Amino acid sequence: MTARLAVFIIAIMALVTLPQWMHGVYYVNVASQILFYAVFALGLNVLAGYAGLVSLGHAGLFGISAYATGYMLNLGYSHSVAIATALSIGMVSMAIYAVLSLRATGIGFIMITLALGEIVWGLAYRWISITGGDNGINLHGRPEPFGIALTSPNAFYYAALIVFLIALAVMTVFVRSPLGAALMGTRDQPRRMTALGYHVWLIRFFACMLSGLLTSIAGILFVYYNQFISPQALDLTASAEVLLMVISGGAGTLLGPIVGSTLVVVVKSVVSGYIERWNFLLGAIFVAIVILMPEGLVPGTVRLWRAAFARRRPGPVVEATEKAS
Amino acid sequence: MTFWLLLSVNSITFGALLFLLAAGFSLIFGLMRIPNLTHGSLFMLGAYFGATFVNGMLGAYFDFWLAALMAAALVAVFGAVIERFLLRQLPGQPLAQVLVTLGISFMVADLCLMAWGGDPIAVATPPGLTGFVRIGPMVFPLYRIAVIGIAIVVGVALWLLLDRTRIGAMIRAGVDDPDMARVVGIRVSGLFTMVFALGAALAAFAGIIGGPILTVYPGIDQYMLPLALVVVILGGSGSLLGSVVGSMVIGFLYNFGQALFPELAYFVLFLPMLLVLLLRPQGLFGRFIP
Repeated sequence: MTARLAVFIIAIMALVTLPQWMHGVYYVNVASQILFYAVFALGLNVLAGYAGLVSLGHAGLFGISAYATGYMLNLGYSHSVAIATALSIGMVSMAIYAVLSLRATGIGFIMITLALGEIVWGLAYRWISITGGDNGINLHGRPEPFGIALTSPNAFYYAALIVFLIALAVMTVFVRSPLGAALMGTRDQPRRMTALGYHVWLIRFFACMLSGLLTSIAGILFVYYNQFISPQALDLTASAEVLLMVISGGAGTLLGPIVGSTLVVVVKSVVSGYIERWNFLLGAIFVAIVILMPEGLVPGTVRLWRAAFARRRPGPVVEATEKAS
Repeated sequence: MTFWLLLSVNSITFGALLFLLAAGFSLIFGLMRIPNLTHGSLFMLGAYFGATFVNGMLGAYFDFWLAALMAAALVAVFGAVIERFLLRQLPGQPLAQVLVTLGISFMVADLCLMAWGGDPIAVATPPGLTGFVRIGPMVFPLYRIAVIGIAIVVGVALWLLLDRTRIGAMIRAGVDDPDMARVVGIRVSGLFTMVFALGAALAAFAGIIGGPILTVYPGIDQYMLPLALVVVILGGSGSLLGSVVGSMVIGFLYNFGQALFPELAYFVLFLPMLLVLLLRPQGLFGRFIP
């Protein structure tokens, strides 16, 4: 436990001091992207990991909040009004998503969320009077919480870091809470949970809402970071990308989505500088991970680590029995 | 009046194309319980292969119908390979199968972009069908009428295959109860490969048949896939009749939606799906809830 605490403190220190030791605006920006994508992946992980409900339409929700922020700002509202509106619209959309898609579980849930995500994409693409169609929406300026302007990459990085740490703390508390345990129960044994008197549908609905909240927050960070939102951020590829983050890192673990988002963002920003075929690589990684390491990188590494650690232990035990005989 | 009639003919044509695409999707989903997310890619591959053969990109100009059969056969082999070598590795893990098909669809999309570039490619209309039909004061493009005819022929053939042959009986048994079908000695796993290849061939065929109307461009895979998905949710998986009705409903909604509310056309499409999900989750003609 102390070793874990030490690693945690070192990681936090590294993140807080990152702009000092990682020189160059480019790298700080990549780090900011990792942070808000990690919040997004944490949000999807609530469903895909802990609830066992895989959504392929989450980029739609992410986009709804991003568009709402941009639209409100362009109407002349203040940042706080825009953010509050975006969060509420995001949550209402998530509630609609949830009511429709919780009709099914498993494959049915995937199909319905995929279709819903495509509806949102279609709206973003076609509803030109609201969304600007293919041209998207441009933003001007970032908010200034407590008088601190977030225009510089470093300032934005710290804002994203604070949001990320809060999201991570919320997830840690949630997973250890009775509600989190009940959610995992509905994933593993829905029928037994019903028999025990739990309201399975309601627990799943709460999970959807938590997932939607994190997703909306990530969408707002995304639009402030890019100062631009277009239908491309909402398409099936985007939904699949965030699912890849969750699954590659390890669905149903706290660290998995963070590792996954780091992997995907780094590969995407670094590799796309060298080769054009990012989508091909994305598909190939998807296929490779599903076939070779289906449990994801974090649980996979933990398993290998434990196997290596456990192999060392039997040594002295064998010696002891030999001495005894 | 003419406007509405022309719109209706276009709707039926689009519905016919959707039927060719969705019938295979529905069978694969019904039998294997996998929403095959490569289905849009198979459609696109068929269209690109067809365009390559018909437009003489390989140096030789092929007849349209010969090209259609060649493209369908090539894509059928591709589908069988995916099923045999990838999906077969993940038995009983539908989520993993979904993710693998999704991954493959990205790879196919990127390879197509690499091979055929980003510009739309028009497939030449077959020479005999370039004209127009005059019915009273109205003029209809002959090719669109022909597409409806082709879909009817394919639909009847599929119905005969599923309803009147031994193989069809086996497929229906597999859709209704795969475990029981195994128990009575049907090789369900062999059927899987066959149905997957058949569905792939149908999707590819739809791609090239749709080529002269829709043209082929990067992204058409992600454009068609949700439509097939909605048809199947609407009609019910594994049901041929469901595919027919679903395709026609979507064909009409899509064309009329685009004409009447262009900005919300995509949204209008999904309304019946939402209604069906709320009132009859297994789809209009479906036998099981996915």
